[in-house]
Amino acid sequence: MKRDDGATMRSDDTGLLAREPGERTYLTEGTTLRSWLLSTDHKRIAILYAVSITMFFFIGGAAATVIRLELFTPKGDLVTADTYNRLFTLHGVIMVWFFLVPSIPATLGNFLLPLMIGAKDVAFPRLNLMSWYLYVIAGCFTLAALLLGGVDTGWTFYTPFSTLYSNSYVLLAAFGIFVVGFSSIATGINFIATVHLLRTKGMTWMRLPLFCWSMYATSLVMVLATPVLAMAMVLICAERLLGLPIFDPRAGGDPLLFQHLFWFYSHPAVYIMILPAMGVVSEIIACEARRRVFGYQFMVYAMLVIAVIGFLVWGHHMFVSGQSPFASMIFSFLSFVIAVPSAIKVFNWTGTLYRGTIRFSAPMLYALGFVGLFTLGGLTGLFLASIPVDVHLSDTYFVVAHFHYIMVGGSVSAFFGGLHFWWPKITGRLYSETFARSAALWLFFGFNFTFFPQFILGYLGMPRRYHEYPPEFQVWNVMSSTGAVVLAVGYLMPLFYLGYSLFYGERAPDNPHQATGLEWTTTSPPPKHNFLVFPVVRTEAYAYHDWDEAPGKADETMQDERA
Amino acid sequence: MSVAPPTPMLVEPFEQADRQHEAMVFGLWLFLATEILFFGGFFFLYAVARLQDPGGFAVGGHKANLLLGTINTVLLMSSSATLTVAERAIKAEWRRAARVAIVATLILGTAFLAVKGFEYHEDLSEHLFPTVPGFPFTAVGAIRFWSFYWLITLIHAVHLTIGLAFVARLLWLDRLGTLGPRWMVAEVTTLYWHLVDIVWLLLWPLLYLIGR
Repeated sequence: MKRDDGATMRSDDTGLLAREPGERTYLTEGTTLRSWLLSTDHKRIAILYAVSITMFFFIGGAAATVIRLELFTPKGDLVTADTYNRLFTLHGVIMVWFFLVPSIPATLGNFLLPLMIGAKDVAFPRLNLMSWYLYVIAGCFTLAALLLGGVDTGWTFYTPFSTLYSNSYVLLAAFGIFVVGFSSIATGINFIATVHLLRTKGMTWMRLPLFCWSMYATSLVMVLATPVLAMAMVLICAERLLGLPIFDPRAGGDPLLFQHLFWFYSHPAVYIMILPAMGVVSEIIACEARRRVFGYQFMVYAMLVIAVIGFLVWGHHMFVSGQSPFASMIFSFLSFVIAVPSAIKVFNWTGTLYRGTIRFSAPMLYALGFVGLFTLGGLTGLFLASIPVDVHLSDTYFVVAHFHYIMVGGSVSAFFGGLHFWWPKITGRLYSETFARSAALWLFFGFNFTFFPQFILGYLGMPRRYHEYPPEFQVWNVMSSTGAVVLAVGYLMPLFYLGYSLFYGERAPDNPHQATGLEWTTTSPPPKHNFLVFPVVRTEAYAYHDWDEAPGKADETMQDERA
Repeated sequence: MSVAPPTPMLVEPFEQADRQHEAMVFGLWLFLATEILFFGGFFFLYAVARLQDPGGFAVGGHKANLLLGTINTVLLMSSSATLTVAERAIKAEWRRAARVAIVATLILGTAFLAVKGFEYHEDLSEHLFPTVPGFPFTAVGAIRFWSFYWLITLIHAVHLTIGLAFVARLLWLDRLGTLGPRWMVAEVTTLYWHLVDIVWLLLWPLLYLIGR
C-alpha cells in the first residue's frame, strides 16, 4: 500500500513493531504479559479480543471444513450422523457467539469508538476489561463442552430435544452462552454511555461518523435483546439440571415458548452482526470514493429503525412451527418493512459511489463485495419472509445460503475490510496491497462459489442438517465444497501478509488513506490517551469535498449543466 | 435542605464530576434495562402458563407459604429504606449514621435469605418440588406454578446475594475511608438494590397472593 503522503511518512525501520527513539504509543506502554492482561486501555482490550476471536474463528472454520468434506459425497462416509450433528452445532455456536457477535464491536468498535468521538477511553474501562474476561470464561466452558464430546442440538437449542432427549453437553454450552451474553451486554452498556457522555467539543450527534452510529444502534440491541437469551438459557439449565418441567409438554409445558424467547434474542442478534458491518462499509466507501456519504441523515435513521424493528420480526422463524396464521401475517409484513431501511442503505452506498473518484484498494474491494453480497442476502430474506415461499424453503439449504450471505458474505467481508482499512492505524504498519487485493478477490469468489449452489440446493429441496443426501444433489454439493477451499484460501491469506507486515511492514503514516475522521488525526499507532491535544470538531463527518464542489478529481466538464 | 455531596473521586476517563455522575447513573440504568428484559422473559412465560390453566395455578399457589412470603416482603422493603438512608447519609458525610444504616441493610437482606431458607425447607418437607415423589398436585397449572416458584425465587435470591456483596463493599470502602468521595458508588448500589426489591414486590402477589 503506497500512497503519496511523503510529508508525514516516517522512517522505514523494520523489526517487530519497531519504533522511533522516544516514540510512545499504546503498544509501548508496558510490554509484559501482565501489562496486557490487566490493561484497561480500550485499544489493548480490542487487541485481546482480536486475538481471541481469531482463534475461535479458526476452530469454527475447522468444523465447517469437516462438514463440507462430509457433504462431498452423498453417502455419510466420513462421520456418523451423530458426529455430524455435533459438528454443525459447534460451528454455529462458535461462529455466532464467539466470533460474529463480538467481531466488529469488540475489536474495531473498542479500538475506534473512543478515537472517533475524540475521547480518552470508553466510559467504563474496567467494565470493558471485565467483558473480555467474561468472554474468555464463556469460551472455556464452550470449549470444555466441545472437548468432552460436543453438543448435538444445533445452535438453536430447540426444546424439548435440548431439555429432555439430548445426551450431550447442553448444560455446559448453554452456560457458556449465558456468560458470553454478559460480555456483550457489558460492551453495549459501555458504548452507549461512551457515545452519550464522552463526545469531544463540537462532536454533535449529527456529526458522528456512521461507524459510531452503527455501534450505538448495535449496543441498543445488545443491551435489550441479550438478557432474554440469558433467561432462555437459564430455563434450559433449570429444566436439565433441576428437572423443572418448564418446556416439557407432558407436564403442561410448551416447547414453542422456548422458540419465542430464543428468537426474540436471535433475530435481533442478526442485526448485532450486520449493523456494525454497515458502519464499517460506510466509512470505507466514503473515503475510497472521496465522497461525502449520500444521505447521511437517512443512513442514521435507517440504522436506528433497523435496530427497533429488528425486535418485532422474530416470528418469521416460526412460520412452520405452529403459530397463529394471524401472527404469521403480521410478522411477515414487518419482515418486509425492515427491508426498507436496509434498501435505503444500499441505495445510499451506491449514491455515494456515483461520481466518486473510486480507488479500488483492498478495503474498498471488501466493502464493494459487502454491498453486493448483502443485497443478495437481503433479497433472499424477502423470499423467506413471505409465508407461502417460506413453507417450501423452510429448513432447506436456501435458508443456510441466505443467512451465510448476510453473516459471512456481509459481516465477515466488512470485518476484513475494516481490519485492512484501520490496520495502519492499529499497528502502525502497512501491509502488502497486492496480496490484500487478491485475498479480497479470493474471498469474494470463494464465498459465492461456496454458497450460491446452496440456494439452488435449497430450492430443489435439500434439507439442512443431514449428513447424507440423494445422489442427484451431489453436483451442487461438490461445487459448494470446492468453493469452500477457495474461501479458506481467502481467509488464510491475511493471516500471512498481515502477520508479515507486523514484522517487516513499512511504517504507516498517520493518515495513509487521506481519510477524514478524528482517528486519523492522531499518530499511528495512537498514544496511550489517544490524542496529545484533544480535538475540537468544526465540520460534518466525511468532508471529502465542499458541498458545492465535485469530489476528488472528477472532471468539471462532465458535470450537469445548471438548470 | 440539601447538602452538597463531598468532592467525588474521579476515575478515568472522566475529568468532571457531574459527567462522571451522569455516566454512572446512566450506565446503571442501562443495566437495569437488561434486568427488566431478563425478568420480562420470565413474566412472559408466567403469563402464558397462567392463562392456559388459571385454576391449576390457583390450586398450586394456595400451598405457598403466605406468612413467610409476607415477612420477607416487609424485610426487603425495610432494607430498601435503610439503604436509602445510608446513601443520603454518605452524601451528607454522616459517617456513623451511614455505617449503621449499611449494617442494618445487610442484616435485613441476610434475614430475607434466612427466611427464604426456612421456607424452602418447609416446601421440601411438604414435597412441593415438581420432580420429587409425593408432589401433591396433578393439575398442569399447579406443576408449572411450582416450577416457576422454584426457578424465580432462586434467581431472585442470586440477585439479592450479589446485592449483598455490593452493599458489603460499601462497608469496606467506609473502612478504607474513601466512601465519602465515592458516594456515586453508593448511589448506583442503591439503584440496583431497589430493582431487586421491586422484582420481589411483583413476585409477592404473583406467587403468594394468587391462590387466596
